Amino acid sequence: MTGLIIQYTLIFATVLCLVALGGMFSERSGVINLGLEGIMVIGALAGAITTALLTKFGLPVIINVALSTVAAILAGWLYSMLLGVACITFKADQTITGTALNIMSTALAVVIARMYTGTPSSQIQYEHSIFMLLKNFELSVFTIIMAILVVASFIFLFKTKFGMRLMACGEKPQAAASVGINVYLQRYIGVSISGILGGLGGFAYIVQSGNYWDFKNGVVGLGFLALAVMIFGQWKPVKIFLASLVFGFCQTIAFLYQGMFGIPQFVYKMLPYVVCMIVLAVTSKKSRAPKAEGIPYDKGQR
Amino acid sequence: MLLLILFIVLLAFLLKKKRNVENVKQNIIDAARDEMEVVKTKKQFNKEWFKDFLKSEAFKNILASLVCVVLGLLIGFIVIIIVNAQNSPKAIMAILKGPLNAVKWKKSLAIVIFKSVPLLLCSLSIIFAYKCGLFNIGAPGQYVIGTMFALVAAHAFDAPWYICLVLAAVGGALWGIIPGIFKAFLNVNEVITSIMFNWIGLHLLNYVAGPDMDLMYNLTLAECKKLPVAAKLPTFGSEAFFDGSSFVTVAVPIAIVLVIALLIILYKTKFGYEIRATGFNKDAAKYAGMNYRRNIIVTMAISGALAGLAAATFYLTDYEIYSAVKQTSLPAMGFNGIAVAFLGCVNPVGAIFSSILITYIGVGGSYLDTTYYSSEIGNLISAIIIYLSAFSLIIKTIIGKISFKKKSKKALKEVKEADK
Repeated sequence: MTGLIIQYTLIFATVLCLVALGGMFSERSGVINLGLEGIMVIGALAGAITTALLTKFGLPVIINVALSTVAAILAGWLYSMLLGVACITFKADQTITGTALNIMSTALAVVIARMYTGTPSSQIQYEHSIFMLLKNFELSVFTIIMAILVVASFIFLFKTKFGMRLMACGEKPQAAASVGINVYLQRYIGVSISGILGGLGGFAYIVQSGNYWDFKNGVVGLGFLALAVMIFGQWKPVKIFLASLVFGFCQTIAFLYQGMFGIPQFVYKMLPYVVCMIVLAVTSKKSRAPKAEGIPYDKGQR
Repeated sequence: MLLLILFIVLLAFLLKKKRNVENVKQNIIDAARDEMEVVKTKKQFNKEWFKDFLKSEAFKNILASLVCVVLGLLIGFIVIIIVNAQNSPKAIMAILKGPLNAVKWKKSLAIVIFKSVPLLLCSLSIIFAYKCGLFNIGAPGQYVIGTMFALVAAHAFDAPWYICLVLAAVGGALWGIIPGIFKAFLNVNEVITSIMFNWIGLHLLNYVAGPDMDLMYNLTLAECKKLPVAAKLPTFGSEAFFDGSSFVTVAVPIAIVLVIALLIILYKTKFGYEIRATGFNKDAAKYAGMNYRRNIIVTMAISGALAGLAAATFYLTDYEIYSAVKQTSLPAMGFNGIAVAFLGCVNPVGAIFSSILITYIGVGGSYLDTTYYSSEIGNLISAIIIYLSAFSLIIKTIIGKISFKKKSKKALKEVKEADK
């Protein structure tokens, strides 16, 4: 049982951490990315179709894994650019755009999935064992990628010039612009990273959870949970990693203990969300979001 | 298409009428003073009204929304052509014709009206919160809890329909107050709180309406039991108009009354003024001595009540029986309410038209030939329209620029002529 709990915790933590890191980059650059859920769905869809097609053609496993991951990343990035163009170039409302992306993603995914299957079902099947590294303990390639990315984003954000510039754009874009930083470009970079990691996270979620995925359910609210992980993690990579472990554990309990110990199933299902609320209530006093997030950058303003 | 035209004319008229009354009066007085010719004044009055209207903010709003709708439809049609080019003309016609696809189109029209009522109420919920500067993405959760209260009242207590409606509103209000408290006292972003409580609400409802609780669960059909007759919303004989369809209920007049009530609350009362002031600038409102905490919580309560009521108007009929097993994700109604709200320029009257429009497209989507297309295309088109409505500000600026250019060209011409 403990082994199973660890496995599932890692699965959920991987996904939550990847997506939350994406959200962090976007918010650090000053754009609230509420569309993470939608980005995950689109990334997952592209990855699933690619891997299913490549398996049909009988390509080697390594190429299959690499190409489908790249497809997921590309799709996530493209979809996030819808947010980028609307919110950065055209200064649209970030909350509305993000919500629209979420609504659009499920409808789009179902339409495309049905085109792919050719039947009224929106379920796509693929080989999930090729993404797993060990035989008797399910450890996926994405967990390794996640671990590397946590360290990489910590170094990128706090130890390099680029990271500092990105953060400056989320705190005081006008000040950043005054020292010659291109705020629009930085924000595009932030949203791009969130799209890449969101797409990756979405794909990681569906291949880790089984042999098929029905796209009419989207990614069942995991993108929103990732936003909560990001806030709990105080917009800092290492803290986000720790937060994702906590939330991953809650999700695992909700997933495995359905109706044990005489407690009805729905209590377990609610657990991650309730824990999230308690955590947010406790940490809110210290919570410090990037100051300029949600406000479109306008060159003319001071 | 007919609906599109209706959408423009009516929305334009209603929005403009109110704001223009004073303006027009002034025009009449001025004109009368200058010319002293009654006939001439009348002519000018008509002309001026139209000119003023073209320059007004309301007109730009409507035009921007229309551009969104048309662009959204166009992109949707491109998607249809990509999916299956051969059958696309038929599919496009199906979307445009909406309820008129059916042989008994009156019955189909009744469904459009029936479905647009909860959508309208959801969007009113979002509009009301938005005026206070809150983004109530919790409408789906409040909708779910409204469903729970209405169904429990109907099944467990055999309550009549009006009690069910009131209880649904109370349930929604409770679910709206929670994010309100989090926002007001702990300063937690209401978007995150609402999203979490959406899912908590869904699991709660699925427990109450599901097999574990065994309160109203029908094991053989895997859904709720049939609604008791007492809880059904009365139709007041509307069946006669809609080919025997019993879906146009008392909910329609209730929704219209609520639109008027919201307009009065928002624009004619002190409370509404405080809400809008808080929405414009929270700190300024606080400084002016307004109790912004109370305002946030009350706003969220009213907003939640509207979403809860929306659920009751949908489930207290024979149209659909709630199934805890099938409903594993949040109902789309609440999210679509956001779309409708912004498409209708965050105005209660505008929401009436946009909710009918979105439902119209959705119903049209259900008439698509399912061997070639999935009915989700209707949803996709509405989603594209929402995405585009986020651009409405830009579209408005472009419209403004065009009219400005025209003006400056005219001015230039006049100057040149004067020089000559």
